[in-house]
Amino acid sequence: MQSLAKSWSRLPWRLRGIIILVLIVLVPLGTYPVEQATNFGLLTQINRALIFVVLALGLNIVVGFAGLLDLGYAAFFAIGAYAFGILTWPTHQIEMSFFLAIWLCAGVASVFGILIGTPTLRLRGDYLAIVTLAFGEIVPTVVRNLKGLTNGSQGMVPLGKPNFGFIESALKLEPGQLVVQVNPNFWYYVIILLAALVLFASLRLDKSRLGRAWKAIREDETAADFMGVNPIRTKLLAFAIGASFSGLAGAVFASMLGFISPDQFRFQTSIFLLIIVVLSGLGSVWGVLIGGLIISTFDGVFLAQVLPQLFPKIDIQSLRWVFFGTGLIVIMIFRPQGLFPRREIAKTVDVEKLPPDVQAASTKGGD
Amino acid sequence: MATLLEAKGVSKQFGGLTAVDTLDYSLETQSINSIIGPNGAGKTTFFNVVTGFYKPTTGTVVFDGNEISGMRPNRLTSIGIARTFQTIRLFNNLSAIENVLIGMHHRLKAGWLGSILKPKWVVAEETKAHEEALGLLEYVGLKGYGEVFAKSLPYGLQRRLEIARALATQPKLLLLDEPTAGMNPNETQDMVIFIRRLRDERGLTILLIEHDMQVVMNISDKVTVLDYGQKIAEGLPGEIQRDERVIEAYLGRRALEVLKHV
Repeated sequence: MQSLAKSWSRLPWRLRGIIILVLIVLVPLGTYPVEQATNFGLLTQINRALIFVVLALGLNIVVGFAGLLDLGYAAFFAIGAYAFGILTWPTHQIEMSFFLAIWLCAGVASVFGILIGTPTLRLRGDYLAIVTLAFGEIVPTVVRNLKGLTNGSQGMVPLGKPNFGFIESALKLEPGQLVVQVNPNFWYYVIILLAALVLFASLRLDKSRLGRAWKAIREDETAADFMGVNPIRTKLLAFAIGASFSGLAGAVFASMLGFISPDQFRFQTSIFLLIIVVLSGLGSVWGVLIGGLIISTFDGVFLAQVLPQLFPKIDIQSLRWVFFGTGLIVIMIFRPQGLFPRREIAKTVDVEKLPPDVQAASTKGGD
Repeated sequence: MATLLEAKGVSKQFGGLTAVDTLDYSLETQSINSIIGPNGAGKTTFFNVVTGFYKPTTGTVVFDGNEISGMRPNRLTSIGIARTFQTIRLFNNLSAIENVLIGMHHRLKAGWLGSILKPKWVVAEETKAHEEALGLLEYVGLKGYGEVFAKSLPYGLQRRLEIARALATQPKLLLLDEPTAGMNPNETQDMVIFIRRLRDERGLTILLIEHDMQVVMNISDKVTVLDYGQKIAEGLPGEIQRDERVIEAYLGRRALEVLKHV
């Protein structure tokens, strides 16, 4: 195992990139035999997990980078999904193209992020958490009551799917020949592209002027203000960008399921995402990616399907939150930085090795 | 010499308490100025008014030709006022170089889209900022510590990092709130030399709050004494040392009488 890791790190990074890419492309081939042998719908669960990764990466910007505790993040997921629903539900007769609608949904969600953020981001810590918690409750309720627009608690079905008419006409195929939209393999590739895009944006933001400003706000908002960082503007950007990831995920999720109802975006979704971010390691982009995949697949495959089959007499679903609650407590006690934290760049300072004048300045213990 | 900062009739009240009371104050360019006074005299409150943390209840503050009372701290930083804190307030979980880069935030231009797409000009901007930050770390004696978390640095180095971060904002006026607090005599002497270098090499105007009288008398071009929010004396260090009102404020009326009899 160790020699394998060694020879892996000796490969040129281009080659490593290509190998990873090939493996990602081949995932549906790997899941195929599992799906034949069992009835878990493994690839569908992976698709769902990847959507949760996209959501968690967005939440990681708000909570992990900028340090704003948002307990109603699923509201932006709902806004993205419902924006997609409104734009593509046949009854409304807009029926916008999938490829256009998803970007519009991301935009709508980020506008809502700014609308909610403007009055609330003056609040700090617990107060912000309470207001966002309320917002997360308000959105599904509004959706339930705006019957004309959202069809209320009955939900909207069917919703728009990606239409490949333009490719079919370009390749001179029969119309309808490229109907692949309900195939989990197809959705896997759509969602992996989406996840790659959001991962790329997260990694770039992490090491940018904006990312630094977010972290400065997280560390000490007042000091950041004195160093020239506009706190309101910077926090609003975190809210808006986090919300846009969520809106994008919501739109794709809605299209994949082909059905949305207000019950899909309850408080539990916000908490589940928060658990992913905290368990994986606040502010760690790769950590949230890996942790999100593991936790969501664990939830969707192990808790929802494997355990109920093994213990048919116990109602596992009602114990679902017991698992996560216990996990959270254990992690907070033994590994508060999360399972996959940011790589520690801190070397401890060896005072002996400092130049003499600096050594003199270092004799006082810090407080 | 030109006046860099001029405060006229500045008061700051908290409910019934007047922390700063109709204070007039002016600062000459490229000078070192100290504000001293007993605890609760309003020194830090005045700092907070000048740096935009408090809006003065009455009065005006003019900096470099602009009326600044009521401007937010980040706005004031961008027009040239920087500060350090009485208790160190670094960004603990960021590296030393990231702390300095935050000081440059208002001068850099990359927005959210620039940060994600990273076009050539953003790469160039970041490279230049990193070089400048390394230069500043070297200037304050933190060469080789760029990658260390601020919280892992020893106390003396944290003080220096705070100054490097303030310098990164390219200030005209630097406010230091008790820069030698918690330092031993050697460290204090180093800091005095360093503050003089800031004035002479970088052309900075410096305003400091300090309790160490030796530092104050040694370093200052002008000393101002506050008591109960009012200015009770102002002048050269030598004049202040002999001022009766100052001795009374610090040591009490009895002490003054005793001193007179000696």
